[in-house]
Amino acid sequence: MNLMDSSHSNPMSLCSQADSQRTLYPYVTGTSVIGVKYKDGILMAADMGGSYGSTLRYKSVERMKPIGKHSLLGASGEISDFQEILHYLDELILYDNMWDDGNSLGPKEVHSYLTRVMYNRRNKFNPLWNSLVLGGVKNGQKYLGTVSMIGVHFEDNHVATGFGNHLARPILRDEWHEDLSFEDGVKLLEKCMRVLLYRDRSAVNKLQIAKITEEGVTISQPYSLKTFWGFSAFQNPTVGAEGSW
Amino acid sequence: MDLNAPHTMGTTIIGVTYNGGVVLGADSRTSTGMYVANRASDKITQLTDNVYICRSGSAADSQIVSDYVRYFLHQHTIQLGQPATVKVAANLVRLVSYNNKNMLETGLIVGGWDKYEGGKIYAIPLGGTIIEQPFCYWSLITSPFITGSGSTYLYGFFDQAWKEGMTKDEAEQLVVKAVSLAIARDGASGGVIRTVIINSEGVTRNFYPGDSLPLWHEELPPQNSLLELLHSSSPEPMNV
Repeated sequence: MNLMDSSHSNPMSLCSQADSQRTLYPYVTGTSVIGVKYKDGILMAADMGGSYGSTLRYKSVERMKPIGKHSLLGASGEISDFQEILHYLDELILYDNMWDDGNSLGPKEVHSYLTRVMYNRRNKFNPLWNSLVLGGVKNGQKYLGTVSMIGVHFEDNHVATGFGNHLARPILRDEWHEDLSFEDGVKLLEKCMRVLLYRDRSAVNKLQIAKITEEGVTISQPYSLKTFWGFSAFQNPTVGAEGSW
Repeated sequence: MDLNAPHTMGTTIIGVTYNGGVVLGADSRTSTGMYVANRASDKITQLTDNVYICRSGSAADSQIVSDYVRYFLHQHTIQLGQPATVKVAANLVRLVSYNNKNMLETGLIVGGWDKYEGGKIYAIPLGGTIIEQPFCYWSLITSPFITGSGSTYLYGFFDQAWKEGMTKDEAEQLVVKAVSLAIARDGASGGVIRTVIINSEGVTRNFYPGDSLPLWHEELPPQNSLLELLHSSSPEPMNV
């Protein structure tokens, strides 16, 4: 029997939860995340930007985090909601460890959990404003999936969120193949990230690439990409058509 | 003039870490629409002996959040048996901000010193994200959909002026200079500059009245009256 009414369910909420919480709007947001399967597991890339509307406000936000022993989560969208999801997953993994039965949640299970959370919030008109990429390896099986803020979920060999859907996935469709080496995978991701840097206004030139294999998770140090501006057409683009751009 | 407009602190608030502690700084203007309701407010509020919070946005919202967190921290300190850490204080602020994000309109900076991590600054913008940084600043807290709102040039100033490993005095000078620049250009900021320095030795509050601040572009030194200007340009030679 539930003895607690809705006003007690969250002591940090200053009013009873009966006051309806409706769809919000995001404040501090992260842009695209890209993930690909490669020979030994999953490679994921995301920049470190936290935008505040059109302002590139925070430039050292880690948008990819390891989950348990077998998974890696990358998120775009509202950063505070991502931080909340990490709290939920912390608790999920803790309870899983407390069983102490030698079993541990794999990427498929974590993906399923996230899907349920996102879809149920959507049904209550109070979504977590994120698009998530969940990758991992367990017992030699590679897994890469995605969940959107309304609960749309699927798995694939390569996934992307936000602008990445439009700019990165066509490149991946063309150039991804089974059993990519680590070097080829990184180069492919960097190619996509560079295009995003050129063409996504909320992209920031400071990124990390994360790798998950049977051995575990490695998230690279932050680094920046070189960009190319040496096209002759860039020098005098409006010659012959003054006033154009 | 809308006297029923909510009190907001348009505000410039800044938090900076230095080698040994943190410096928090703020202007002192609270506005009700276009009217300045309080020209000498204190936006740097104490949470515990060693943790302070800079408040911006809605005056009411930021005060109530601080009050709740002070209350929780007080209980936490009793239970823990020692001073609360800055991280705990900041996370409590985050919880209140995040769980009430629909109703609150306040951006906060939590800064302090504890024996485990030394001086730390945490930014908690609208929405309840928590970000740990060596320095944070907030100027003109309005809707994020207004592009390039007043704080853009402060970003430029800090990108250029911030250095790692500053001394306490360098850090305080940086804070005072930054708030002063913001006051010069941001209608929502003004008045005096208050700073709070927190380190292992304790807490020091400083006060910089508006007329002691450096002058920026197109600003003139203040005079008592035009009459003094006229007299000082009299043709009589000055005696040595």
